[in-house]
Amino acid sequence: MNTIETVNLTKKYEEITAVDSLGLSVKKGEIFGLLGPNGAGKTTTLMMLSTLLKPTSGSAYINGFDVLKEPSKVRASIGMVFQDPSSDEILTAYENLKLHALLYNIPVKDINKKIEKVLGLVDLQKRKDDLVKTFSGGMRRRMEIARGLLHEPKIFFLDEPTIGLDPQTREHIWEYIKSLAKETGMTIILTTHYMEEADKLCDRVAIIDEGKVVALDSPDSLKRGLGGDIVLLKGSKLEIEAIRALPFVKAVQEQGAYLQLSIEESGKHLQELLKVAGVVEFVQAHSPDLNDVFLHFTGREIREEEGSSMDRLRAISRAKTK
Amino acid sequence: MKTIIKNIKGMYAIWYREFKVFTRERTRVVSSLLMPLMWYFIFGGGMGRVAAVGSDYHLFIFPGFLVMMVIFSSLFNGAYIVWDKKIDFLKEVLIAPLSRTVIFFGKVAGCMTDALLQAMILLIAGIIIRIPFTPVSVILTIIMLFCLAVGLVSMGLIMGSFMESPESYGIISSVVVYPLFLLSGALYPLNNLPLWLNILTRLDPASYAVDGLRSAILGTSAAGYLPNLMIIAGFDIVLVLTGTWAFNRMKL
Repeated sequence: MNTIETVNLTKKYEEITAVDSLGLSVKKGEIFGLLGPNGAGKTTTLMMLSTLLKPTSGSAYINGFDVLKEPSKVRASIGMVFQDPSSDEILTAYENLKLHALLYNIPVKDINKKIEKVLGLVDLQKRKDDLVKTFSGGMRRRMEIARGLLHEPKIFFLDEPTIGLDPQTREHIWEYIKSLAKETGMTIILTTHYMEEADKLCDRVAIIDEGKVVALDSPDSLKRGLGGDIVLLKGSKLEIEAIRALPFVKAVQEQGAYLQLSIEESGKHLQELLKVAGVVEFVQAHSPDLNDVFLHFTGREIREEEGSSMDRLRAISRAKTK
Repeated sequence: MKTIIKNIKGMYAIWYREFKVFTRERTRVVSSLLMPLMWYFIFGGGMGRVAAVGSDYHLFIFPGFLVMMVIFSSLFNGAYIVWDKKIDFLKEVLIAPLSRTVIFFGKVAGCMTDALLQAMILLIAGIIIRIPFTPVSVILTIIMLFCLAVGLVSMGLIMGSFMESPESYGIISSVVVYPLFLLSGALYPLNNLPLWLNILTRLDPASYAVDGLRSAILGTSAAGYLPNLMIIAGFDIVLVLTGTWAFNRMKL
């Protein structure tokens, strides 16, 4: 049985369609990622799934309950970590968790025991009685993850769990999420615009752009679907037809000043490619990542903050040609 | 029975948070106490020289300052919910498996506790400066302030639930808090007012509280204690119902 099922889920704001006829099924125990640029409709989707926002049309079932008809049962089944800080910083970690425990009707005699347990999961026992305002961004996020787990939800939503965190903290959070999934077997839905995050964490990823799912599969299958490695070429006189004729070249696409090729086993075939390619000024080969997948399906880049210099180059050249 | 326990725990949770914040934000508490004290001693001291109500002006205005404390604290605490909206704290509360009505009542209880505790500090100050309190009048005062706070906290929550950004929070003081205070009759007697002013004071729930408290503390009153209390209870019913409605329709 699917833990989450949406049928034509749609949210419109006047003219803008934030989420457009979304149909998703998520299996029990899966780590499922919604990957897309900011404004793609990921958070809006989570808000609808968690009953905080009413869909314009369509339906969604969480743990077998209809978000429109049984919101209270849906809310009892889920845990949520919001994108922005959602704890009271004038309270201590313990007090924030106690507040949550009372809101979720956890038996009073179990509250302290459970708080200890979840704080242990995120290594925050020692900071239990410190005010949240003394916490770093990463600690606060960990505390909020622990809080979301307190009532042992069947489904756990994480909205951009590592946004604004430094790379090291990000890796830590990934570790926590992974071990959590393994230990509890709960279903985890996360949104992210970091493809690396989706790649490392998720069993399946739905790539979302402008409110629509453009691709949905495991990260490996999505990358394999591109048909090989990515090679970028730049040159004044490239023999495009000759390149196209090579048996190992699967696709040729002009990306601004660059020519982007999909090639089987680039390590082995690069030399042969360069022999026929003409006058080459620049060449770069890499295994495809989810960013390439996104680019393939939408014609645009997903990453903004983490772009390498190469990405910026490509972005600039694209902007110029437009 | 299970649902009742669940709902009581939910309300307690919200109250618990409000109370913790109250005990931590001492500067906020102290500064909100300073305001009525300053009005009382400086304004009251100065006006006492010229006031038409005679030499007991400082007695005459004392009930008004208890009411002032409750007006300020209730409305500001209630409307403070707009800050919870800004950080995602409100989402964390609203995503809990509780009805919004329960959350509204928890919020009312929490904000009221703050307002009443602050009013109690002024009341004790009043006893120290020899306002003629009796055990009975203290109890009647607390009941009256309690009823006033229920309505005013609800009013603050209603405003906060409609406001979209904390920037509009400041408007509350000029548009609501001061009119409620100035029209309450805290500073001047409400008889012999021009008609338009008379009508406005009648619309101000605080004016009934001031008159009721004068009856309880000083024994001088236009309408007596119980009629005033009843009118405030009427305001409470309307404001609590409106507040529940506002909470249920509140968007994030």
